Amino acid sequence: MQIATHQYADTTVVAPAGRIDHLSAAAFESALTPLLAEAAARKGALVLDFSGVDYISSVGLRVLMIAARQMRAAQARLSVAALQSVVAEIFSISRFDKVLVVCPALEAALAQSSDAALAAWRARQA
Amino acid sequence: MKGVRFWGTRGSLPVALTAQGLHGKLRDVLRAARGQALDSDADIERFLDGLPFALAGTYGGHSSCVQIDTGGSDYVLCDMGSGLRTFGQAAMAQRAGKPQTFHIFMSHLHWDHIMGLPFFVPAFIPGNRVFIYGSHAELEMALRRQQDPPSFPVNFDTIFEGRVQCVHLEPGVPHEVAGLRVTTMLQRHAGDSYGYRFEAGGKVLVYSTDSEHPLADPAHTERFVQFFRDADLVIFDAMYSLADAISVKADWGHSSNMVGVELCQLAGARQLCMTHHEPVFDDAAIDALLAETRRLEEITRSGAPLQVSAAYDGLEIAL
Repeated sequence: MQIATHQYADTTVVAPAGRIDHLSAAAFESALTPLLAEAAARKGALVLDFSGVDYISSVGLRVLMIAARQMRAAQARLSVAALQSVVAEIFSISRFDKVLVVCPALEAALAQSSDAALAAWRARQA
Repeated sequence: MKGVRFWGTRGSLPVALTAQGLHGKLRDVLRAARGQALDSDADIERFLDGLPFALAGTYGGHSSCVQIDTGGSDYVLCDMGSGLRTFGQAAMAQRAGKPQTFHIFMSHLHWDHIMGLPFFVPAFIPGNRVFIYGSHAELEMALRRQQDPPSFPVNFDTIFEGRVQCVHLEPGVPHEVAGLRVTTMLQRHAGDSYGYRFEAGGKVLVYSTDSEHPLADPAHTERFVQFFRDADLVIFDAMYSLADAISVKADWGHSSNMVGVELCQLAGARQLCMTHHEPVFDDAAIDALLAETRRLEEITRSGAPLQVSAAYDGLEIAL
């Protein structure tokens, strides 16, 4: 599984790509674990940019549930952004849209995270 | 194996449609009837047939009881929830005066799955025989205990006079009962529960209720995929949403519609029937759950379509 990471001020953006299912969820969880630990330790924010994710199964959603719990316990912030339409439907049917912070686009998630993160992202886009 | 009929489909506790719930249905039906031609009885039937099930019908409220039509003369059932009472009345009406044999397979011994036995009238009738099968060592003790004072007015021996006999099934070992090849498998639930795989005449039926699925354990998933393999019908506990099942209701021993779809897809099953409905769900909520689950199956399908249904008291499914 391909996972790209970017740092925008106090916010880490993690961008997995492809399917997060019973074959790839363990790799996704392994890649995410140190990034979550780092963001949690500094009480920062982590945004999961899901624009490249075209499917997520129950096993993948479990990874997100654990991540959200860990970040909440550390008073850090986690959000998921830019869901493809199929993944958005899966979030809705599984009710994960009720238990996670879901933003329509990465820009909206960064705006919610901090002004500095949004400014850093915009500077990178320019 | 010809098919199944559901006599009880509610999880944890029986429920009933309330006066307020009925009033709401009548109001919505009358609204839908505005401007419709309803002059003849045929017009009315046509109009009712076009309404959502949640308006024109009800999922019912009896706790778990499913009848398997084997095509043979003996009756075969899974679980003895409150739906067993209505099944018993129907069986009495069907073959009154003739000795009858009943084979009942128990998923587990929680109250909602055994509460029908003290009200199972065929077991009161001399000449009838009732065999209750299960993999719990405490099977007979649990059934006797619910009829001990002060919980019930008539004890087990007085009411059944030896007509009810418990039979232990070794998990994982195929048994032949009433023309069915029956295999049980341990499931995750407080006090344990067991799933059943029934095979006969080239048909496969799986009954898997009160079963929680730990998603982080691939070996567990694989065990269930093999147990569901190529089933014509999987009757599955879909009590909670996935988010609830793995957060606030983790370790409550139940599963979700999403895990049901995934396991059936991985196993190549042909039909998923969701049961053990959450008691707080009204008919509209179960209708919505069914529509969402069908949509989930559609957007995640990679092979042959999986037919999805939601059980209701009285539903019959042909195999």
